[in-house]
Amino acid sequence: MTGGSLLPFGDALELWLTIVLIGLATYGFRLSFIHLFGRIDEVPARIKRPLRYVPPAVLAALVLPDLVTIRPSVAATLADERLIAGAVAGVIAWRTENVLATITGGMVTLWLFRFVVFA
Amino acid sequence: MTVDGDFTDGDIWAGVRDVSPLLLGIAPFALVAGIAAVDAGLGLAEAVGMSVIVFAGASQLAAIDLIGSNAPFAVVVGTAVVINLRVVMYSASIAPHFADYGRRFRAGLAYLLTDQAYALSVAEYEANPERSRWRYYFGAAAALWVVWQIGTVVGVVVGAGVPDAWGLTFAVPLVFLALLVPAMKDRPTTAAGVAGGTIAVVAAGLPLNLGLLAGAVSGIAVGLLTEVYES
Repeated sequence: MTGGSLLPFGDALELWLTIVLIGLATYGFRLSFIHLFGRIDEVPARIKRPLRYVPPAVLAALVLPDLVTIRPSVAATLADERLIAGAVAGVIAWRTENVLATITGGMVTLWLFRFVVFA
Repeated sequence: MTVDGDFTDGDIWAGVRDVSPLLLGIAPFALVAGIAAVDAGLGLAEAVGMSVIVFAGASQLAAIDLIGSNAPFAVVVGTAVVINLRVVMYSASIAPHFADYGRRFRAGLAYLLTDQAYALSVAEYEANPERSRWRYYFGAAAALWVVWQIGTVVGVVVGAGVPDAWGLTFAVPLVFLALLVPAMKDRPTTAAGVAGGTIAVVAAGLPLNLGLLAGAVSGIAVGLLTEVYES
């Protein structure tokens, strides 16, 4: 093993450790109130309020950098097959709320621009 | 609460039946988890291990995405864990329905807790109070589990055979998009999404994936501020 913490996923052990830690934390969340019920009745409002914004904030922070890369000009930033495919998929997601339709529409648009339009 | 009624196994099947339309939405999601895992360098054992041990779609995809881009260990674990925080709310909400069961039995039921199993079960308990709580939940949750594992395996096999130029990993942000759009359901949640995404793009060049953290934290802050401003 060559790396300290700056050379991530250098070995299988680190990968398994990642999986197990995420799994343990997730199981802890699942079990939390199911286990404690009777001792605590309600999630305190101070925790509940910010939790409401975790899904939109984190998902958007994960998605957008995969679709947009800021380039020197606006035209170069916009003429990106990933951004165009993402915009099409976003509209499909909004109109249908269907995961399969969103993936299909986005992938077909990506391929259309990658292999035909910008080829 | 009656644990054993007349219609014992019927309640399990009711859960399976009610979850089946959702399985159609979960299957492609599971396929993407398998495909993306292969692309990020995970083997079949690691991909299936993750699906069994973590069993939470969005956080698995986020972890795989970050592993693929060589993010540091703490960023991968931290992001996946934060995404799953919402499960605490489901746990709190469903807990009263499981209160009569033994501690170990509850610990087993908790493992299967997902967005879909939670949403279906709580709605059904409301509509049909005589339903066996655990049986209905187990039927829905176990069906989701089985489809999730099979989908991951198929995704690993398919993903290994498709050329990189097809960009199959692009399906990961597309899945997130399909989850993000319905999550932006009112003004504060929309503001949280817009702020989180914008900051993450602007800060994408920062080391250690700090752009993700900056985006997430500012998105949550903007959501809270918008809520305060509206009321």
